[in-house]
Amino acid sequence: MTAGLYGAYGGRYVPETLVPALDALERGWESALADASFRAELDLLGERYVGRPTPLYETERFAPAGKRILLKREDLCHTGAHKINNALGQILLAARLGKGRIVAETGAGQHGVATATVCARFGLECVVYMGSEDMRRQHPNVERMRLLGAEVQAVEFGTKTLKEATSEAIRDWIANVETTYYLIGSCVGPHPYPSIVRELQAVIGREARRQVLETVARLPDAVVACVGGGSNAIGLFAGFLEDEEVEIVGVEAAGAASLSSGRPAVLHGARSSVLADEDGQVLDAHSISAGLDYPGVGPEHASLRDSGRARYVTATDQEALAAFHRLAETEGILPALEPAHALARALDLDADLILVGLSGRGDKDLAEVLGS
Amino acid sequence: MSGPEAPDLAAAAVSGGADIVELGFPFSDPLADGPVIRRAAERALAAGMRTRACLECLAATRDKVDVPLVPMTYSSLLEAYGWERFAVDARAAGASSLIVADLPVDARPDLERVQLVAPTSTDERIGLAAERTDGWLYLVTVAGTTGARAELSPALAPLVQRTRRLTDVPLYAGFGISTPEQAAAAADLADGVVVGSAALVAAENGAAALESFVAQLRSAIA
Repeated sequence: MTAGLYGAYGGRYVPETLVPALDALERGWESALADASFRAELDLLGERYVGRPTPLYETERFAPAGKRILLKREDLCHTGAHKINNALGQILLAARLGKGRIVAETGAGQHGVATATVCARFGLECVVYMGSEDMRRQHPNVERMRLLGAEVQAVEFGTKTLKEATSEAIRDWIANVETTYYLIGSCVGPHPYPSIVRELQAVIGREARRQVLETVARLPDAVVACVGGGSNAIGLFAGFLEDEEVEIVGVEAAGAASLSSGRPAVLHGARSSVLADEDGQVLDAHSISAGLDYPGVGPEHASLRDSGRARYVTATDQEALAAFHRLAETEGILPALEPAHALARALDLDADLILVGLSGRGDKDLAEVLGS
Repeated sequence: MSGPEAPDLAAAAVSGGADIVELGFPFSDPLADGPVIRRAAERALAAGMRTRACLECLAATRDKVDVPLVPMTYSSLLEAYGWERFAVDARAAGASSLIVADLPVDARPDLERVQLVAPTSTDERIGLAAERTDGWLYLVTVAGTTGARAELSPALAPLVQRTRRLTDVPLYAGFGISTPEQAAAAADLADGVVVGSAALVAAENGAAALESFVAQLRSAIA
């Protein structure tokens, strides 16, 4: 297969049953991109419903002396994270494809909430698969999804987290492919999903680049974002990949470091860098943050790593917690635990002007933080 | 599913009348499989059935039965082992062909394997699958995963019709066939039936139970 490749990664590793649906998705997406009214509708919803553009905020007290740290405030989006950018775009696509039922997977619950949100807004049936362990540690999001009218299906086997939830969402899609649209939450999965999600999240990076030039009159030395599946990161990075002097840094959870500790394997329809053993069996990931607790990663990130355009580092649970507390106490902002990993590494990065993607807010994480 | 009992179970299935035996090489995240096969895969992995052990199991099964043996697995195992190396070593261990559940027909044309087509497949893809398939075409009867269904899928008849117009290769129908009645109905339409989950369930009660289940299927489609 040659379509959907990022270097040697990506592709489409799915049962034959799904191929016609993926072909239809690709055609629908290409048609949407070529349709000015699709982009106009998305931009208007972004402005009126999501709250775009989100601020680029320069921290006052968070950064160590001699350093400037700017935060791209995706936490201020409606629903509290960047996930809504992708959910909105894909729900418009689902409507164009005539689908009445939406399935999605969710880890921390933010993508589940974003999907339930857009399904309510557009009147579509919504089923979200979530690992039972994630349901326990991100319970406020479960409650939100249900209040928004979604059915939350607990996944009780395996690690009971995002990996199994993704498999179950895909199995549901296979079984209901005629009526159902699979609204994937990150830049993972079979082609064309990684490129759809990247394009929908690229609003983050394009805005941030415009904003940093307006307010600081120069490009940042480095752009830093957390990487689970990789959607907020690829969205932010997309604004700066062509700027060779800007360093691109992705931060994974130390216990879920698909890019730092993984190997090429095939998971959820794509070849990528996966935490897997030498036989290709996928291993369990471990992170305090549900959104980073995924043994795979988007294929484009694997390609960026290999080409050297981006580098990927890790942060531990403890470092993320410390960064959480520091941002809370110095700026009055409670970050989600996922971007707290990016904040941790931004603090010790050797650069003067650093732009960090604050991908979501931490309301969902209060119990985890207080219990740690 | 590969494991210490697999060679004996394969022999029992053949005694019961099976013409071909599929041997699962388990994968941690099997997208195309329902709960029965997924749980069997989990048990096999917990018992240490990694790729090399599965190849040894295949060889041991080859020693016990004369029918074609077809490993069924997922791309990640071949990616790790080496695509060509896996094909070579599987044949050396006694495989007659290969099924890779998440590898669509247009991928890896050089990997000889049994191709799958589904009710959702276009005529063009069915044609390509028929051209490339190794021996027979696997007709997936349902839009869905493996696992027993209450009735034979109504999607099978139109799929068989469309496929017969495009190719003469033998057509074997599978997914969701679990009773002798369903097998008989499928065999009226296709050239053969593939029974997976239901056979695994029967095998949980031992080789004799499996043999008797296969014998029932055999006499239903005779």
